[in-house]
Amino acid sequence: MYDMKALYEATSVENAVELRLEHPEAQIIAGGSDVLVQMREGKRAGKELISIYGLDELRGITIDENENIRIGSLTSFSHITRDPIIQKYINVLGEAVDMVGGPQIRNIGTIGGNTCNGVTSADSASTLHAWEAIVELTGKNGVRRLPIKDFYIRAGQVDIRVEDGEIQTAILIPKASYENTFGHYIKYAMRNAMDIATLGCSVNVRLSEDKKTIERARIAYGVAGPVPMRAPHAEAVANGQPISMELIDRFGLAVLEDINPRDSWRASKAFRQHIAVEMAKRCLFESIRLAGGEL
Amino acid sequence: MAQYKLVRFTLNGKEVEKMVDVRASLTDMLRNDYHLTSVKKGCEVGECGACNVLIDGEAFNSCIYLAVWADGKNIRTLESLTGPDGEISDIQQAFMEESAIQCGFCTPGFIMTAVEILETKKLYTRDELRKLLSGHLCRCTGYENILNAVEKTMKRRLGVPVE
Ligand SMILES: Cc1cc2nc3c(=O)[nH]c(=O)nc-3n(C[C@H](O)[C@H](O)[C@H](O)COP(=O)(O)OP(=O)(O)OC[C@H]3O[C@@H](n4cnc5c(N)ncnc54)[C@H](O)[C@@H]3O)c2cc1C
Ligand code: FES
Ligand code: FES
Repeated sequence: MYDMKALYEATSVENAVELRLEHPEAQIIAGGSDVLVQMREGKRAGKELISIYGLDELRGITIDENENIRIGSLTSFSHITRDPIIQKYINVLGEAVDMVGGPQIRNIGTIGGNTCNGVTSADSASTLHAWEAIVELTGKNGVRRLPIKDFYIRAGQVDIRVEDGEIQTAILIPKASYENTFGHYIKYAMRNAMDIATLGCSVNVRLSEDKKTIERARIAYGVAGPVPMRAPHAEAVANGQPISMELIDRFGLAVLEDINPRDSWRASKAFRQHIAVEMAKRCLFESIRLAGGEL
Repeated sequence: MAQYKLVRFTLNGKEVEKMVDVRASLTDMLRNDYHLTSVKKGCEVGECGACNVLIDGEAFNSCIYLAVWADGKNIRTLESLTGPDGEISDIQQAFMEESAIQCGFCTPGFIMTAVEILETKKLYTRDELRKLLSGHLCRCTGYENILNAVEKTMKRRLGVPVE
């Protein structure tokens, strides 16, 4: 038994919003792989929960009328990885979430939960930052959309307005982000499975038509700071530059101007900085290769 | 005050219904209400896979799954693998042949994930199988024999020679 005060099961998005307004103290539970574990640990003991797990309308991946890739917030990791739209346009996201926990966790864990928890080590977060994803929230005033970088406020805190009854309903990847773009994610952890990232790095590039120049490079990290973050200095080093190994080296070193990892029991700051450079280089190399560039 | 909900679902091939305490995990309901004790209580926080069951064909750790979510689902536990006269299935047989069982605590969980893998009818490499089975902890066998048992059953079912 969980130490739960009450459970309200939402029957639609509208109903979920109503339940949130009626029970402002209650917490949303999607797949529950964070919430139920924290309830067992005592951190969320005695709370009321609003379950949105039954809302199938929030599952699945489509291309919307503006050609955004639309990922319903309740879509599980394993369904993201297997989805043909993801595989075609943003395969790196499917690969990144395929590194979460183990197979059973990937069947229950949702992308909504992975972003709403505000956790810097979340395996989807760096890729979503590097592809400038848009977060869609639905509340009593309708739909609100904001760039993912503004969604994260601080560690464990995201911009969801409980007073407006908001829940996250989708994550969108704009066409400008995925068109002709190829990316790679590296999760550095002590074990290959069932481990949280010591550092996560996601890079993507768009190359010129002759595949000799980087038109646009984007890079984001998880665990390089309290929330997932981009590395703008590194991006500026690579943008518009002809591809070379020397460029990749400079790109890697430039990330040190952006990131601010900390000492923790998992790894020291110095070690995280060291692997951050190496991961940036390897991710950029692989992204260029996937985009058809030669090195 | 205790809060209850009526759930209707398919359990090991049979339609069932139950008034269940909303605070119950699926593990609690399967063990306490249906006496399906193949569903083990290990870590109870999603780490070890001992409580794993199949829900609509996918593997889930039932310790971090609300019992009320079972409503409308098709749930299978290890008990569903036994034949009408108590015969065991090929995957269980392979676990015995390969000494993939010592204390047996992790076995039902592993076997249900193996069932999910086998039902895809795909031929996986050893490395792929290792990844697909990585959501389970075993303190006894060292995993190699478990991999052998799953690989052997996969190959047999697909008619691929087992070396
Ligand atoms: C054994 C184990 C291993 C794990 N390994 C990893 C790992 O390697 N990498 C990783 O990134 N994560 C890992 N996790 C954490 C977890 O699985 C993920 O964060 C998952 O994405 C959470 O999704 P969920 O649907 O289960 O979230 P829940 O637990 O249901 O919710 C998480 C948080 O988000 C809120 N929330 C969820 N959905 C919404 C919504 N639509 N609108 C508003 N608020 C919402 C909840 O209120 C809660 O605060 C692991 C968890 C376990 C138990
Ligand atoms: S008991 Fe459920 S995963 Fe360990
Ligand atoms: S056989 Fe003992 S835990 Fe696996």
